Amino acid sequence: MLYFLRRTGFFVATLWAAVTLNFLIPRLQPGDPAQALLARLQGNTQAVNPAQLAAIRKMLGTHDGNLLSQYWDYLGAVVHGQFGVSYSYYPYSVTAMIATALPWTLILVGVTQIASFAIGTLLGAWAAYRRNSRVDSVITLGSTFVGTLPFFWIGLLLIFVFAITLNWFPDGGGYGGGSSPSWTWLFFSDAFQHSVLPALALLITGPVGWIIGMRNNMVQTLGEDYARLARAKGLPRRRIALTYGARIAILPNVTGFAIALGGLLGGTVLVETIFNYPGLGRLLLEAVSNKDYPLMQALFLFTTIGVLIANFLADVTYGFLDPRVRRAEAT
Amino acid sequence: MTILWRNSKCRAGMIMLAAFILIAVFAAVIAPYGPRVSDFGASEGPSGAHWLGTTARGEDVFSQLVYGARTSLIVGLVAGVLSTLIAMAVGLTAGYLRGVVDEVLSFFINLGLVVPVLPLMVVLAGYAPVKGLGLIIVVITVTGWAYGARIKRAQIITLRTRDYITAAKFAGDSTARIIAFEIVPNMISLIVVGFMGAALGAIGAEAGLAFLGLGDPQTVSWGTMLNQASLGGALTTGQWAWLVAPGLVLALLITSFTLMNFGIDALSNPHLRED
Repeated sequence: MLYFLRRTGFFVATLWAAVTLNFLIPRLQPGDPAQALLARLQGNTQAVNPAQLAAIRKMLGTHDGNLLSQYWDYLGAVVHGQFGVSYSYYPYSVTAMIATALPWTLILVGVTQIASFAIGTLLGAWAAYRRNSRVDSVITLGSTFVGTLPFFWIGLLLIFVFAITLNWFPDGGGYGGGSSPSWTWLFFSDAFQHSVLPALALLITGPVGWIIGMRNNMVQTLGEDYARLARAKGLPRRRIALTYGARIAILPNVTGFAIALGGLLGGTVLVETIFNYPGLGRLLLEAVSNKDYPLMQALFLFTTIGVLIANFLADVTYGFLDPRVRRAEAT
Repeated sequence: MTILWRNSKCRAGMIMLAAFILIAVFAAVIAPYGPRVSDFGASEGPSGAHWLGTTARGEDVFSQLVYGARTSLIVGLVAGVLSTLIAMAVGLTAGYLRGVVDEVLSFFINLGLVVPVLPLMVVLAGYAPVKGLGLIIVVITVTGWAYGARIKRAQIITLRTRDYITAAKFAGDSTARIIAFEIVPNMISLIVVGFMGAALGAIGAEAGLAFLGLGDPQTVSWGTMLNQASLGGALTTGQWAWLVAPGLVLALLITSFTLMNFGIDALSNPHLRED
């Protein structure tokens, strides 16, 4: 129980730290990003809603009031979900922009991440089971080699080969110019066609970490005394590998899964930019290049909170899977 | 060193890295033209005069590739050293002092581990008023020290109760002296591995940020090259050499680090040793 309490405490504390970090980053900048943005917004032909302006002031901070009262206002705005209006997509609010981009990233990342985890863990277990055989060296060396390839470069090559030279898949975007998001079969098949190459780019490098982690863990667990005892008892090799080796070796990969999510969200910035895919990562980069501070700030806050929640869930799962962790933290 | 040299993978990695360092140091001699000299025909394919063709602005791709090694190695070295120093300061203090200090520092380490790094880098780079290599190095350092700090903290916790530390304490040595002269020498291999990991991460991050267009476009680096190749239409004009070469050398540099790590791993973890 203490373990779960401690994890919850850590989750709440990191959440607070992330929100505070998000408060400090724009205020630590030389110059005054909020004033610059407000000036640019006033240059717009359409009048800006005063409530939206107030939200931007709270989020980014203009130099009125002391830091403490600014912080209080900011927390209030965050709690009420007032992240202001997007500069580059005016008059859409920041939250509306994020809501449109979110499903694209969730589906692309969700599917490829789960597939990478499954493929990687299986291949790693297989390599450990056949340790020092040809299978092992092909898997280990192959994944090490793939792991050294820069991942955005693979994306570029995929476009070059499959979209431009062979013309099998579209070269970017989330859906074709002729269709628009709707609940029709046509749209889904179109969106699927557009997601094949980005998914492939994520799937080529995705399993590498899992393969190496799983193999090394399992080589270790298969060398433990209880595995030796199982061999001495004459249990079938397959059973030893699965229930004595793999079952325990998979544990660190479960926590790794959530941590990797943070890295993967970073990866989506690259993949989505290369493939011009309408998800959160591309939105973030667009916000950065347009100096759209409200959008940038809200996106960073949302991704961080998402990763924190994933980590918390992984910690809780880990506690259920491995009783030793619960006890170790209690002492 | 000699033990590492005897490991064939490690030796290959060291030779490769040495080659990259030589190329970076003698870039001006090796490259046939200046990296930003744009006197040539635009978007040409590979030829005798331009081994890897020319860019859309009429610059020599091969010369840029040679000079790009400098940027990658400088970023790797500087950001690697800086984040190793931060990791040592935080990890060693937390692990040695324990108690409240440890709780607070560990919290920051764990925070650093869970915050998504690339979005943080992108946001930091986005707010900054100037673009440039210095900014990229700072951003990479600020975001990249946590992992090393966690490992060093774990290591010092196992070291701090050893007999020779207790002996040094009774001899009246100061905490700083104990850490500097008793503990750090025993962690050298860990620090070296940590530095290599940090340098590797920094090289990859620089390439990624530059590729996203967040670096100074005048800096010659492999990331900027890929950025300009994809913007300059290398995909549609079929200039495969301009596109393939920067990624390939980046992969080779990363491979050299990975190979050296194999050697060090085999040294420290007998389970993974091949016999």
